[in-house]
Amino acid sequence: MISQIFILSSKGDHLIYKDFRGEAGSDVVSIFYEKVMTLTGDQPPVVMSHKDLQFIHVRQGGLYWVATTTADSSPFTIIEFLNRLAALVKDYCGSLSEKMVQMNFALIYELLDEVVDYGYIQTTSSDVLKNFIQTEAVSSRPFSLFDISNVGLFGAETQQSIVAPSSAATRPIQSSREQVGSIFLLYIQTCSNLSSCFTEMRIGLNEEFSIGKSQLRGYGAAVRVDECSFHQAVRLDEFDSHRILRLCPSQGEQTVMQYQLSDDLPSAPPFRLFPTIERDSGGSQNPQTDSLCLPEHPPPPSCLLLKCVMYVTPVASVFSLSQELSSPDQSAELKPQSRAVVWKVPRFTGGTQLSALFKLDVPGLSSASMQEVGPVGLSFELPKYTATGLQIRFLRLSPVQPGPSQRWVRYVTHSDSYTIRI
Amino acid sequence: MPYLGSEDMVKELRRALSNPNVQSDQLRYRNTILKVIRAMSQGVDVSGLFSEIVKACATVDIVQKKLVYVFLCSYAALNPELSLLVINTLRKDCQDPNPMVRSLALRNMTNLRLSSLVEYVEQPLTAGLRDRAACVRRVAVLGWAKLHNLQPNSEIDATVVNELYSLLRDPDPVVMVNCLRALEEILKEEGGVAINKPIAHHLLNRLKECDVWGQCEVLRILERYRPQSDDELFDILSLLDTSLVSQHPPVMAATLSLFLSLCSALPAVSLSALERVRAPLLAACGSTSRELRFTALCHIQLLLRSVPGLMGAHYKRFFCGYAEPAYIKQRKMQVLVELVNDENVAMLLDELKGYCTDVNTDTAQAAISAIGRIGRSYSDQCLQILTGLLGLKQEHITSAVVQTMRDLVWVCPQCSDTVCLALEGCEENLQDTQGRQALLWLLGVYGERISSAPYVLEVFIDGVRSETSLEVKMELLTATLRLFLCRPAETQDMLGRLLHYCIEEETDMCVRDQALLYYHLLHCGIEETRKVLQGRRSDPSLGVLIGRPVEPISQWAHSFNTLEPLRQGTVTTDSSNKGSPEHVTSDPKPNSDLSDDLKPCQIETVQTASDSASLCTEYSTDALSSSAVAPLSLSLSPALSPEEFERLWLQRQSLHAEQGGEEKEDGDYLCTEECVQCPTIPHCSPQNLQAALQLVNIQTLAFTPPHTLPWRVYLYTHTHSSCSASKPPSTLILGELLYTGEPKEDCSKMVMEGSHEQLTTEGEEAAVDRLRGRESARQQSQTEDVKVTLKQQPRDDKALKGFLSVLTTVLHTLSTETT
Repeated sequence: MISQIFILSSKGDHLIYKDFRGEAGSDVVSIFYEKVMTLTGDQPPVVMSHKDLQFIHVRQGGLYWVATTTADSSPFTIIEFLNRLAALVKDYCGSLSEKMVQMNFALIYELLDEVVDYGYIQTTSSDVLKNFIQTEAVSSRPFSLFDISNVGLFGAETQQSIVAPSSAATRPIQSSREQVGSIFLLYIQTCSNLSSCFTEMRIGLNEEFSIGKSQLRGYGAAVRVDECSFHQAVRLDEFDSHRILRLCPSQGEQTVMQYQLSDDLPSAPPFRLFPTIERDSGGSQNPQTDSLCLPEHPPPPSCLLLKCVMYVTPVASVFSLSQELSSPDQSAELKPQSRAVVWKVPRFTGGTQLSALFKLDVPGLSSASMQEVGPVGLSFELPKYTATGLQIRFLRLSPVQPGPSQRWVRYVTHSDSYTIRI
Repeated sequence: MPYLGSEDMVKELRRALSNPNVQSDQLRYRNTILKVIRAMSQGVDVSGLFSEIVKACATVDIVQKKLVYVFLCSYAALNPELSLLVINTLRKDCQDPNPMVRSLALRNMTNLRLSSLVEYVEQPLTAGLRDRAACVRRVAVLGWAKLHNLQPNSEIDATVVNELYSLLRDPDPVVMVNCLRALEEILKEEGGVAINKPIAHHLLNRLKECDVWGQCEVLRILERYRPQSDDELFDILSLLDTSLVSQHPPVMAATLSLFLSLCSALPAVSLSALERVRAPLLAACGSTSRELRFTALCHIQLLLRSVPGLMGAHYKRFFCGYAEPAYIKQRKMQVLVELVNDENVAMLLDELKGYCTDVNTDTAQAAISAIGRIGRSYSDQCLQILTGLLGLKQEHITSAVVQTMRDLVWVCPQCSDTVCLALEGCEENLQDTQGRQALLWLLGVYGERISSAPYVLEVFIDGVRSETSLEVKMELLTATLRLFLCRPAETQDMLGRLLHYCIEEETDMCVRDQALLYYHLLHCGIEETRKVLQGRRSDPSLGVLIGRPVEPISQWAHSFNTLEPLRQGTVTTDSSNKGSPEHVTSDPKPNSDLSDDLKPCQIETVQTASDSASLCTEYSTDALSSSAVAPLSLSLSPALSPEEFERLWLQRQSLHAEQGGEEKEDGDYLCTEECVQCPTIPHCSPQNLQAALQLVNIQTLAFTPPHTLPWRVYLYTHTHSSCSASKPPSTLILGELLYTGEPKEDCSKMVMEGSHEQLTTEGEEAAVDRLRGRESARQQSQTEDVKVTLKQQPRDDKALKGFLSVLTTVLHTLSTETT
């Protein structure tokens, strides 16, 4: 049971406030914000209480989505609901930001009115809601091609906001381990489609796709995952025989399939790193220099990397950084608060190798401090690449629509936490 | 925050709203109202516009209507009289042919929260319950709940309640769920909606039609239902099985909660339900929403309290991501510590080591203390890492490491040598109170083994004037006095200076009193002082014990799927923020008793098991006295380190294997196997077992957690026979208790798997049978024996027999007590 719902900007501005049960005053909003501001880094902020009022909040799109509840309600339900609410707003408005919420506040009030009544969640299905919602979404800019060229072509986040609010995404999680250390990958494979009014969609996956560890593996390039779960709208009649997913998608973004794979990856991880760390004892009066050389191994050919941020945690007190990078469009800087060297590579062609040499001046360097260097974390976005080799064979709409239907299938791999020990 | 000039803004808006030109242009009128609402949500007080807005209510534009209602619901309480004007429009809307308009009017009529309007609202609400459109019925049902809460003291209208009960059969699932919610509120005084058998079965059958939120609500309300027979119970359970593995975390959690409350009398079924939810819970741990991830982690911690082995194989799922927030990392580490076992320990420690240098100091310290916790069972590897961390010479890391070492040494005294070596020179990097306190404690207790101890203390004593922390001063006093007892020559002078300062110059009463106490104590003589101060160096009740005792599910079942687990701070085992370990242990320990450590009359009770442990004290003292007929005494000294034990054990084993045979005797050692009938021993808590064995001076070295198979305990003791000169004066006995269980036990774990096929009736019966099979399997397994393997060196049959009888008595006592 939800007592109030409110949305705050990261600076604490009241964007939306709705009281469903009239049990607590509207001053709770500022109480909540004070509480959030006084939190230290390690405190779990998800649940906070003030007298007998409980605040549960999630952060999405830089905003606080807060629900207050008095009864001992299920955290799973409320958190999932707040996430769903944010997703609904995103579907309707195109993206989540302070500006978007401000502009569409009428629509969000309307949405809240339909979604929750007297603190009880009524429905969050976008198919049902579209019959009730009358307000048109206001978008910040008129759609133009110029906008697309401005944002990264494959930037999934921005692309959805402009091209279409509806897209289906599969979010698999992968983790593997190899000698260097641990590598965790989170791949988001986004296949965007403009779903307007078709009734059924058929998605064909690789025929050799298999689930589970126990299944016998053939000699071919089988695509295997450990666990797999599907959206509830997906019908799996043809999945066993032909690996075809049938679904009647509702409007909005949906995760059709979620899979996990751990331990052995079918293909090599997309990046390899050859780190060398040297101690340079320098001149007599100068502090010692720690140099770290990071050549990058080629990712699989035909991949284009757009952004690569690399964190290197160096020793505690670093005075200065000098760098040698392999091309001028790259940049590297030292972030003293997070004790990291951030190396940005705007573009990374497949099959090539990049290298960087960082020199760090560290006063009072001891041999033990070398332990503190690392790990290296990469965040990247790889288009046209899936680590499992999962492919979409076809995507068919039935009944076949008159006129040209547009569909896009796009593979994008996002990194969640890709860490390499050195 | 109200904007500056908000009054002008209101004036401007009023002018626009009353402008007939605006009123005639629908779009302009709507936009003006939009501005009003925007100002309202930004915090501007626009209540002055109430009468203008009321006029705007009568419109055909639905968007405008909705906006007006948002305004009215916020300000109705301030203007009850003016609100009466709206009610006519609303009542008219309730007759509108468009169901959307009807539901909108009905909802907002009840949302005005004005008790003066109740009489006007009742009639449309009654009509709403019988409306053709489901969306109107949904609103009307909840409307009754709102109405009831507006006038809580009024009588409950029986016809409405009956109507709501009958609407539970409404074809629309949301109406059904709303009926449940409304009845819950209206009948709160009577304990909520009555769930009898037909209603429960009706709800269960329609569960699939509801969406996620409806399912959660129904499942929560069903927790109140008690099935009348076992058959019914198992029918319900197999029906719910698919929801248990639902990919929606809210449904999964609500179902598990219902399972646990239904099966509170059937622990085996509850356990297999926990196994079932493992996969969906793990999936929730990998969710993209960090809040959901955190929630799932907190609930996994609950589950692990009862089934420590549940996530063992999936430890990698709890490795921290680089960008995860600190609170998730710390929870993950808490889970990782619980999951450690022989296979994954190397990998886990390697991972934790990486977190020790985290940018966030809290995370780093949590990682270090996690390594310390693992160190209780795998001390060598952990100490190596901890020692390596000292080399980094970082203040916060050094402090955390020293505190961790102190806690570790208190529990595992065999680590003390390594710790003493590592401590040299680390005082330079300690700045914070807790770190220095830990160092001082270690210096006091292990002073004789740390060569530089007096010099370190001297630095502290020289700086005592500028010392601000009370705790450090008190710890310093104790440490110096302790060191004086073992190294008087080096310490006498500084002790004198310190006491002088504390008594003459110190202003704080606590420090002065403690110094005075020590001063007088020294007057009483050195032996007396030693008795008081040189107590134990370790906590004998914990030994090498791993983890907490397994709790029954009922301990936490009520808090599952509530906010409770999310709110709990770090697990209580963190003693690092408190003082020295002696003060941390729960029971009051009079200092005078400390010298009596080895007498069987004294027992350390462990917090959770205090009752049962004290119970077995009596038993086992009896046991000891009865076995004392043979002049046999057991002792724990000299202590045997786990490595040494392993070496001796394996050495014996290989000899044994070469020569073959059941019972092989050699001039110099003896190996024997016995079976002891003590059925429930593997289910009793390790604390109990250890405490009981310690009473009779048998030291346990390693345990498998209870309920795991095969269950093993390794133990050792020394025997001393005093009577005959012909026998060797003392022998060492190594022992292993082994309980393998039986195959049935294993296969019964499969019960819950594949039960989604059991929706057909025959399948259900099979499931019921299998579930019962498990219960009976458990019963049968309880008659199994525990195999005792003993190795003795040098050989002394009589002593061994004596030992065996002592051991058997203890085991029997314990197992009768457990049942």
